[in-house]
Amino acid sequence: MKQQLKNFRDLTPKRRRVLLTALSVVLVLGGVALFASTVRTSAQKKNSCIECHTKLDGPLGEPARLFANDIHKERGLACNDCHGGNPLADDKVAAKSASSGYLGKPKPIDIPSFCGKCHSDASVMKRFNPTLRVDQVQEYYTSVHGNRLKNGDQKVATCASCHGIHGIRPPSDPASTVNALNVAETCGKCHGSADYMQGYQIAHDQYEKYKTSVHAKAIYEKHDLSAPTCNDCHGNHGAVPPGLTSVANVCGQCHGRQSTLFQNSPHKSPFEKANAGECIRCHSNHGIVPPTDEMAGTGPQSVCITCHTNDKGFAAAQQIEEKLGGLTASIHGANQILERAERAGMEVSRPKFELRDALDGLTQARVLVHTASLEELEKAIGPSMEIAGKSYKAGESAFSELNFRRGGLAVSLVFILFLAVLVYLKIKQIEQRDGAVSET
Amino acid sequence: MKIENALNWLDERLGIDAAFALAKKKEVPLHRHSIWYYFGGMTLFLFIVQVTTGILLLLYYRPSAETAFESVQFIVTEVEFGWLIRSVHSWSANLMILALFIHMFSVFFMSGFRPPREITWVTGVLLLFICIFFGFSGYLLPWNKLAYFATKVGTEIAGVVPVVGRFMLRFLRGGDEVTGATLTRFFGFHVAILPAATTLILGIHLLLVQMHGMSVPPSMEDKPQRKMKFFPNFMLRDLIGWILAIGVLAALAAIFPWELGEKADPFAPAPEGIKPEWYFLFMFQTLKYIPAKILAFDGEVLGVLAFGLGGFVWLLIPFINRPTSSPRIKLAVFLFGIFVVAFIVVMTIVGFLA
Repeated sequence: MKQQLKNFRDLTPKRRRVLLTALSVVLVLGGVALFASTVRTSAQKKNSCIECHTKLDGPLGEPARLFANDIHKERGLACNDCHGGNPLADDKVAAKSASSGYLGKPKPIDIPSFCGKCHSDASVMKRFNPTLRVDQVQEYYTSVHGNRLKNGDQKVATCASCHGIHGIRPPSDPASTVNALNVAETCGKCHGSADYMQGYQIAHDQYEKYKTSVHAKAIYEKHDLSAPTCNDCHGNHGAVPPGLTSVANVCGQCHGRQSTLFQNSPHKSPFEKANAGECIRCHSNHGIVPPTDEMAGTGPQSVCITCHTNDKGFAAAQQIEEKLGGLTASIHGANQILERAERAGMEVSRPKFELRDALDGLTQARVLVHTASLEELEKAIGPSMEIAGKSYKAGESAFSELNFRRGGLAVSLVFILFLAVLVYLKIKQIEQRDGAVSET
Repeated sequence: MKIENALNWLDERLGIDAAFALAKKKEVPLHRHSIWYYFGGMTLFLFIVQVTTGILLLLYYRPSAETAFESVQFIVTEVEFGWLIRSVHSWSANLMILALFIHMFSVFFMSGFRPPREITWVTGVLLLFICIFFGFSGYLLPWNKLAYFATKVGTEIAGVVPVVGRFMLRFLRGGDEVTGATLTRFFGFHVAILPAATTLILGIHLLLVQMHGMSVPPSMEDKPQRKMKFFPNFMLRDLIGWILAIGVLAALAAIFPWELGEKADPFAPAPEGIKPEWYFLFMFQTLKYIPAKILAFDGEVLGVLAFGLGGFVWLLIPFINRPTSSPRIKLAVFLFGIFVVAFIVVMTIVGFLA
């Protein structure tokens, strides 16, 4: 240090001035930068809305508490980004002044445009989630909800009714009210309430029926999120009930083959003429249960007999039921004998594996019922019956082989015991002649 | 006359008369524990069954991940009496290990390892280790689901041995995972390396048994010695046991055919409640009970090391319990044997019930 001071003193006065000036500039600039960064940091953290509202109880405090877990907060947005106002102001009046652009709580009728400020603006949304669509508001106004809202009905669902208000989670989050696991319950809050739906003249049992459906079982019991819930058939932002003529298209989104077969079947035209609602005429809509073979027959569970009585269709329905029942019984019989053979220790994995083809054929035949053609049905039933028959024979062969083994074992054991007795007698003979034991 | 000529011809070249004379001279001590002498011969007989059925299986077995399961399936469904050969091979393997355990513990409790039979004991214990490895390697060969996961778990246990564990795991598996390479390798162990090692060690073991004869338990040494001729008296009794063993094997194969299961699928989840073969069960169950951490050490590592050390001590029993050893050491070795038997029996039962 002393040496450095000495070096400084040894400089010419001009050089000393240049050096001191440069040092001062560096110090001043550094100080300014440090101050600026401190101010910015405190400005980012300051949010007087949250500070005050968290201290409040009830509905005024709830938004601040819920917002802690909101996707918008995670993306760096604050209260004023939606509601306006000045979050830096500590004073309530200054924070909510008109000059700060304070909007407050939007009315239901204003909510779509309130959310749409950002969600309908592609340039804004690109900053947060470039893959998110920006036509939700536009689509919303094509829905029954949107149309009624435009006409002044403030009871209908708006963005906040389904997505929640301050604890909004992305739909992929299981905690989200619009996650596939929760959609039906969310819709059911209004559509399942007789009081709320009073005056709309539509049913309010959809949610209750849906809960009993094969689709709900797939979602709630098998956790199969690909199974449909309300919005998969009705749409979400543009939610409308599908018209009778478009039901097949809606169901066909997943059940494509059945839909195509039905469209080309002789049923298509009479269903259209009778305004019969295609798929839902036989399968119902919200409470769809797994289809059974009896649905295609002429028994008490039949859906065919709702239109066919003592006609050609009635006879065809009877035959369809018989063919499906026959194949089911054959597969069941083959499976049973193979299971028994397997339990008896026989190796029957190959015929068991082949029997899967018959099961596939049965599934195929059940789908082909939508053609309403016995010839088409036979194309799947015939080969499957043959496979089931072969598998049954393999089971029978396994049992005759088992019997052969048991018989062979009995004979072998007699021979083995006979041989053992012979050796024993030989020992006795030798020991009687030569003596068995020597002692030392 | 012709037979006599043929025998003379053979005798001149092979010295069979001398062998017959030796066999006639050989005697087996008779006392209340003589029954245990039959288990050595029984183990040997079941080993011969293994070799014979193993060779027959080799005619059809194809050792690769793509073909192994299908070839065993073909053996048990299409090949004439293939089911019998395969089931007898599997059942005989298990009965052989059981007979081997009985033989070994009977020798231990009759102090059959006393001088000059130390090397007979050491070769016997080595044969036990080899047989267990025979079982372990053979279990994988049908390439079914259970075998696949049992091998995975078994080789993982070998992998926890400090220092050499990683090498052992990769050496056994032929890579990091149980794959077709493991199957080919295990096949090599099962039909080439282990049989070669067995032939050598079993040869020494049998030669030593002939040289030193059957050991008499110390408690019987002072009593008058009763003896039975090995040939034909003892040999024919052995033969009755072997004939009955064939009957038992045939009955087991016909009534409880050895299951083939499902083909191994490396991407499928491990089946629930997976257990190794019964002779590994006591070790497997013990490792399950050992806490994850014992002081600063990994519990599983300590368990595996303890079993390794136990096996090594067992191998050296004749050198620990010598005739000159103090009564206290002799008692300790005896109690150790009791503990080992009780431990194996209890943990195996617990393993089955768990």
